[in-house]
Amino acid sequence: MNSIFVYCEIEDGQIAEVSQELLTKGRSLATELNCNLEAIAIGHQLEGIEKNIIPYGVDVLYIADDKRLAPYSTLPHTSIVVKLFEEQKPQIALMGASSIGRDLGPRVSSALHSGLTADCTSLVIGNHEDKKQGKVYENLLYQIRPAFGGNIIATIINPDCRPQMATVREGVMKKEILDPKYKGKVVKLDVAKYVSDIDFVVEIIERHIEKSKVNIKGAGIIVAGGYGMGSKENFRLLYELAEVLGGEVGASRAAVDAGYTDHERQIGQTGITVRPKLYIACGISGQIQHRAGMEESAQIIAINTDPEAPINMVADYVINGDVSEIIPKMIKFYKKNSK
Amino acid sequence: MTGYKIIVLAKQVPDTRNVGKDAMKADGTVNRAALSAIFNPEDLNALEQALRIKDSFPGTTVTILTMGPGRAAEIIREGMFRGADDGILLTDRAFAGSDTLATSYALGQTLKKIKDFDIIIAGRQAIDGDTAQVGPQVAEKLGLPQVTYVEEIKSIENGRVVAKRRLESGVEVVSCPIPLVITVNGTAPDCRARNARLLMKYKHAKTVSELQNSNEDYLHLYNERAYLNIQEWTVNDIESVPAELGLSGSPTKVKTIENVVLQSKGAKVISSSDVDIEELMKDLIESHTIG
Ligand SMILES: Cc1cc2nc3c(=O)[nH]c(=O)nc-3n(C[C@H](O)[C@H](O)[C@H](O)COP(=O)(O)OP(=O)(O)OC[C@H]3O[C@@H](n4cnc5c(N)ncnc54)[C@H](O)[C@@H]3O)c2cc1C
Repeated sequence: MNSIFVYCEIEDGQIAEVSQELLTKGRSLATELNCNLEAIAIGHQLEGIEKNIIPYGVDVLYIADDKRLAPYSTLPHTSIVVKLFEEQKPQIALMGASSIGRDLGPRVSSALHSGLTADCTSLVIGNHEDKKQGKVYENLLYQIRPAFGGNIIATIINPDCRPQMATVREGVMKKEILDPKYKGKVVKLDVAKYVSDIDFVVEIIERHIEKSKVNIKGAGIIVAGGYGMGSKENFRLLYELAEVLGGEVGASRAAVDAGYTDHERQIGQTGITVRPKLYIACGISGQIQHRAGMEESAQIIAINTDPEAPINMVADYVINGDVSEIIPKMIKFYKKNSK
Repeated sequence: MTGYKIIVLAKQVPDTRNVGKDAMKADGTVNRAALSAIFNPEDLNALEQALRIKDSFPGTTVTILTMGPGRAAEIIREGMFRGADDGILLTDRAFAGSDTLATSYALGQTLKKIKDFDIIIAGRQAIDGDTAQVGPQVAEKLGLPQVTYVEEIKSIENGRVVAKRRLESGVEVVSCPIPLVITVNGTAPDCRARNARLLMKYKHAKTVSELQNSNEDYLHLYNERAYLNIQEWTVNDIESVPAELGLSGSPTKVKTIENVVLQSKGAKVISSSDVDIEELMKDLIESHTIG
């Protein structure tokens, strides 16, 4: 049976977290479908990279190693992935919903005329019956994501086109090494056969990559603010609370859109997915796209003036009231009782 | 220098950022009537980049291309009030149900028909789907290079655009030959406001369909002032393979839409009184959740 492919993002010789998470997911889907898990790593000086990829349960790893392939650039990476997919005909292809995956994925899907679903929150194998055509499709990839409009979850399928492509944000899937001694094959691609000169028309002149200073994914406590914080000034209260509790500050998309804080703090379907031991949602209504990124927190406190806010339904503690009154009190009473 | 021919890809979207309480019906579905339709925010950032090129290179023209229902002509007018020269509304039942790939195909075929352009500028993504797919897919359909997540166009010289890109964890400056497709990030400068003179000039700009429903006394104006006519193209104005359009041209299908019925976890509800908050903080410290 045709394989499942994961595109591995590489920065400075390191495999991106999101790719490791997708390898883990890819492995479990491959096992269920009884097919190979394959991966592609494109970059430069990739010697030994297989040691960090194959243990996820990768059966075949394709490596394209060439000076011109790092850092990532759209056209050469697209050419390699497209040609390789034409040769290998994978049934499923997974990429991170990152700056790279969201630049590469659509380009590949267009070249192969295959469907691509962005920002999936769950991937499941299932059948589909097309009643009109009287046709049953077996073992399709259900690409599941919240849909716009209320508490709606859409299941998207690509019945006829291959590969079935999906992007997933970092943190949605969990990463787990299958077997440090897993036996997989490494295939080194002859890069010249996959790229041509016109793939290199775009020149990278300058590049500054910084490791993000905020580590929301790794935080044990997250104080998240929404549009209900009311202003950028009020949003600062959250930094104070996070500081005294030793946590990080997160945000809803509405708070980011309103300019209260930066996008790197956005939690949810199109932000980061977190599972802290405590999540304090301040002035967040809790629409499904937001809940998708925080529902699995061990404990949730919701602070909201609206007793009917959907966030209250997933909360362990609901505080009815105004954030600007409650947060200072939380700080005060924490300080008073913590020693 | 005769300037550049720029096409801005823009979309009219429901304002998902301001979904008030009445935005959802009791059954949990969207109350579209309660959501205003707006110019997709990052497409406005894209328009601003186009207008800046027009400011620096006299002779540049900026055309807005949008696919959507008849009322999407509103965003073409809005763009003209801010400095765009004209626009094309691509509208036809044949495009209904398009996923991003079928949308890109239709836009790509339209651009092939327009043929004469140097730079295509789109917003990074639309707020109703957040997919960021249409820009790169259009680029692929046209066989053009793409520069995504642009925050600033630094220069256009010797047939190359130099632009700064905003990545998740940093920035990159790239140089790309014209013609190309650029997608613009929300961190790029906001779009300039409407210009009073342009507002007067284009206030009555209309598509053919809009004209059919308007006061006939003024119809002669549209013959005298060509700039008041917003072009409206249907599927017949582009070359296309029907199987690539709309629902049939969309590899992705919605299998099911499921309402999530939220069941309360049975939260402990407390008030904002000092006693309640202190009690809560003590509980959390005792259970080692915090501290
Ligand atoms: C394609 C797509 C992707 C999306 N992705 C994400 C995502 O990744 N993450 C995300 O968060 N959203 C996402 N959204 C947006 C999401 O649907 C909601 O619009 C958003 O989460 C709402 O943010 P909010 O709760 O801060 O604002 P609102 O919905 O406006 O809620 C504000 C809340 O604050 C409360 N409030 C007001 N004043 C006070 C006060 N003084 N004290 C206490 N409470 C107060 C109100 O009662 C209300 O519940 C996405 C939407 C789409 C269409």
